[in-house]
Amino acid sequence: MADKILMKGNEAIAAAAIKAGCMHYFGYPITPQTEIAAYMAKVMPKIGGTFLQAESEIAAINMVYGVASAGKRVMTSSSSPGVSLKGEGLSYLAGSDLPALIVNVQRGGPGLGGIQPSQSDYFQSTRGGGHGDYHMIVLAPASVQEMAELTVKGFELADTYRMTAMILADGTMGQMMEPVSIDDLKVNPAPEKPWATTGTKMAREHNIVNSLSLVPEELEELNFKRYDRYKVIEENETMYEEYMVEDADIVLAAFGIAARVSKNAVDEARKLGIKAGLIRPITLWPFPKAPFKAAAEHAKAFISVELNMGQMIEDVILATESKRPVTLCNRAGGMIPDPAQVLNAIKEVNGGIA
Amino acid sequence: MAVFEKPHALIDVPLHYCPGCTHGIVHRLVAEVIDELGIEGKTIGIAPVGCSVMAYNYFNCDMIEAAHGRAPAVATGVKRADPENHIVFTYQGDGDLASIGMAETVHAAARNENITVIFINNAIYGMTGGQMAPTSLVGQVTQTSPYGRDPKACGYPIKVCEMLSELVGPEYLERVTVNNVKNVRNAKKAIKKAFQNQIDGKGFSLVEVVSSCPTNWGMTPKQALEWIESDMLPYYPLGVYKDRSAEQKEAE
Repeated sequence: MADKILMKGNEAIAAAAIKAGCMHYFGYPITPQTEIAAYMAKVMPKIGGTFLQAESEIAAINMVYGVASAGKRVMTSSSSPGVSLKGEGLSYLAGSDLPALIVNVQRGGPGLGGIQPSQSDYFQSTRGGGHGDYHMIVLAPASVQEMAELTVKGFELADTYRMTAMILADGTMGQMMEPVSIDDLKVNPAPEKPWATTGTKMAREHNIVNSLSLVPEELEELNFKRYDRYKVIEENETMYEEYMVEDADIVLAAFGIAARVSKNAVDEARKLGIKAGLIRPITLWPFPKAPFKAAAEHAKAFISVELNMGQMIEDVILATESKRPVTLCNRAGGMIPDPAQVLNAIKEVNGGIA
Repeated sequence: MAVFEKPHALIDVPLHYCPGCTHGIVHRLVAEVIDELGIEGKTIGIAPVGCSVMAYNYFNCDMIEAAHGRAPAVATGVKRADPENHIVFTYQGDGDLASIGMAETVHAAARNENITVIFINNAIYGMTGGQMAPTSLVGQVTQTSPYGRDPKACGYPIKVCEMLSELVGPEYLERVTVNNVKNVRNAKKAIKKAFQNQIDGKGFSLVEVVSSCPTNWGMTPKQALEWIESDMLPYYPLGVYKDRSAEQKEAE
């Protein structure tokens, strides 16, 4: 087993992307994810890859669209306001069924907001981000090692299902350092892409990458087919972690940094004799409905712990089919709930159900 | 011996363009050049949003449809994905290239991105029914300038070749037109050079083709070609605005 090295989450994403065979990166400077671009700028020229600082977020995502059209693994990264600008490109990538990896290291919003960690782009990411009916596969890492692993996974899922995958991290995940192993990452090479626009070589019909479809019956059919594919993803690719859920009276829902804080709070609650547990969605889309539905059979209440004004809570309510009360424990604008706040929320709910 | 043939790079289907529109001529010129240079098998074309949005149905090479104005960024990605084996061209109108996509145009030129840009300037938004373009002439009546383009309210039409020629980056900028046989021949020469430059690795080459839109100009095709001569060309003079290789040769 290769040695672990100490890395920032942002750097781990960059290193893992290269390990996954991504030789093309396009970005635009924005805090708190700029380390990804800096890493790519340093490494790509030495390995014959492309690092290009685009003139805008819009240009960057369209350069991604170009490389993806040509069938190569490609990524861009940004933070919240920048991802809004990429929204148009995300929609076109979806409409043209192109695989790519997008990284959003979120900061507080709305507007220019702040530069401290946030999870307030949950709605934007899990509902697509741009116009039209579509989804992205949204992956939420909770450690630096997972930043690396889910980056590889994101490229693979994107290729398998011909769609965009997004790493939805927060500023904490991007900035914090932890030991991580890049060399040990297992990578499946990209599949054949016979649809790619790489030149006909006068040996086949021309390929067209396109999202325009002026006949409504045909466009509807395209949407139906895309959603059939989404169904397969929901069945096969949903990922989550359960922590002490089996006998829990109170189940927390949290992802990313909020999940780590929540885990501490669960441990503290258990010490006090309160049966708390945690479900940590790793895929935010597809949302892991099954474990929530199952937990709703025995748990008395749910608490959604988030770095926003309450966004994932809606998916928790849907997944539990409103069978149990779901409350919100949150901070916003770049603030992070601490374990004491979460423990208090657990105690409060426990008092209510005792 | 065949006297007249359809270029292989142009698919034998009816085009959707209006009668008298010069898109057809320019499509043919691009296809002839692709044939003559023997590059169809490695060429990837990028269609814009606008009248030529469906150009992907007309060219026999691989084609990509880009978001409005983003063709130079998409082309950058395609080119960089495999610089040795991809010949990449964009085909864009004035709204696409000089309004919503101006940033992508300017920066691709500044980077001297090794791509070929065919820029159709007909001084109007055709596909959406004739609105004012960034290149609409002062006084020109359109759906969104019903009293004529008023420079006090909306400024002056943009001269793309002149503007880009101030950049150090781009290799080659030329403005041509296709309103008569002689000009069509010149246009083809320019387009061929713009592709040859890419093959030679010289960089960003843009050919602006002053074109007609009889439908939205409210003219017959013949009147429209005459209007190019009488109204468009005085404001948009034909000529080479930048040719770095030629300039360097001269300096030597």
